[in-house]
Amino acid sequence: MLQTIRHLLYKEFLLEWKQKYAFNGLLLYVLSMVVVISLAFIGKWQKPIWIIMYWLLMLFIAINAVAKSFLNERQGQHLYTYTLASPQAVFLAKLIYNFLLLSVMGTLSLWAFAFLAGMDMVSPGWMSLTVILGALVISANLTMVTAIAARAENRNTLLAVLSFPLIVPVLLILIDLSRFAVEGRASGINTATAYDQVYLLLGLGTILTGVSLILFPFVWRE
Amino acid sequence: MKRESAISIGYKSLAVLLLLYTLIFGLTNELPYQAIWEQSARNFFFHVPNWTVLIVLMGISLVQSLRVLRSYDPDLKLKRTSLELDVMAVEAAKVGIMFCIAGLVSGMIWARVTWGSNLPASDFAAWWNWDPKQTCALIAFFIYLGYFLLRTSFADPEQRAKVAAAYNIFAFATLIPLLFIIPDRLPGLHPTAEQGSQLVQLKVDATFTTVFFPAMIGFILLGYWIYEVRYRMGLVQYRLDEIEAERAYNEV
Repeated sequence: MLQTIRHLLYKEFLLEWKQKYAFNGLLLYVLSMVVVISLAFIGKWQKPIWIIMYWLLMLFIAINAVAKSFLNERQGQHLYTYTLASPQAVFLAKLIYNFLLLSVMGTLSLWAFAFLAGMDMVSPGWMSLTVILGALVISANLTMVTAIAARAENRNTLLAVLSFPLIVPVLLILIDLSRFAVEGRASGINTATAYDQVYLLLGLGTILTGVSLILFPFVWRE
Repeated sequence: MKRESAISIGYKSLAVLLLLYTLIFGLTNELPYQAIWEQSARNFFFHVPNWTVLIVLMGISLVQSLRVLRSYDPDLKLKRTSLELDVMAVEAAKVGIMFCIAGLVSGMIWARVTWGSNLPASDFAAWWNWDPKQTCALIAFFIYLGYFLLRTSFADPEQRAKVAAAYNIFAFATLIPLLFIIPDRLPGLHPTAEQGSQLVQLKVDATFTTVFFPAMIGFILLGYWIYEVRYRMGLVQYRLDEIEAERAYNEV
């Protein structure tokens, strides 16, 4: 099982490396978005706006990045993969890959925000933790939804419609947690509450991954 | 009289009686005076059961979806086919979403008099406050709209049944944290664990519970009643379609 996951992950990275345009496209997307956001808010820059802009950007990156995972696979290719590996292995490989991709993208856009938009944080450590947790829960959520949407006819519309309502509650908690990281005690959130949110996110991630692992074999089989 | 029909008539008449009781006593009962709620506390007998029925019906829908997925196991001999179970799952979700709309509307009316009473009725903020629980309830509504949209995007009914069942189970796994865990962790207006002392007082009060619990049971039975009628209609429609398709096939 672990061996299979490693091979599948290696395949994903190899594909990413071969088609650099996807990753570079995302990078360019992040950069241009950060520049546009910084220009739009010159002089009126406030911490809450910064946080909300950051998570909106993450949401769009997530949908763009994760959408590739199942939607871009050709019919024959996914049949081939599934004859070689168990569905759980395929799903876990996709999930880990999406998680890594989102963490990297999240960290990079955090740096872009910090340097280009000149944003200061009370606790960069908490903010990084929030980004990693966000990447975990969002990828757990989106991987399953893309797998479902890939089966249907109007994939792209469906992906947006199904994933937004499932992600918004997670975003609410993430925004709350980032407020703690960025504003510190001024946000009115104390460390105990922040830890509570962290456990809640971890719990949500675990539940969603577990449910997805059980359901995925039913989704991919024709 | 057969046992099933006795049970059926029994729970339906119980539903009618309990709802009549709720309607009469919920509106006329003397309530302990609460400064922030006043008479609007009566909405508690209607608003809270609406959401409870939603949970019950989505739970039924979840169970039917699980049975849909289980029916693909070839070793099991089941009474119903997966498509019939799929009809039951979607009808439960449809009735559930009707109660979701009822819950949103009754919540808006309540919000009008407690949170937005200083605003004119033309102002949308008087009816809607973007309180976390309100927001999460609206998101729950969108999640199930997504379920119905997903169902329309399949041509093959077998595949639709399977994928929709998987989405339904996934949606339920997010519905529960969405309604019960996430809103309580965010600052808001709904009475939650910390702020709900007044609510707890009211709950303990005997005049309150004598209406609230019958209302709860009455609404749950009503929800089940509508669901039962709807899924039986759905099954009849499904068989009619099947016969029609068979006849068309034979003619060709």
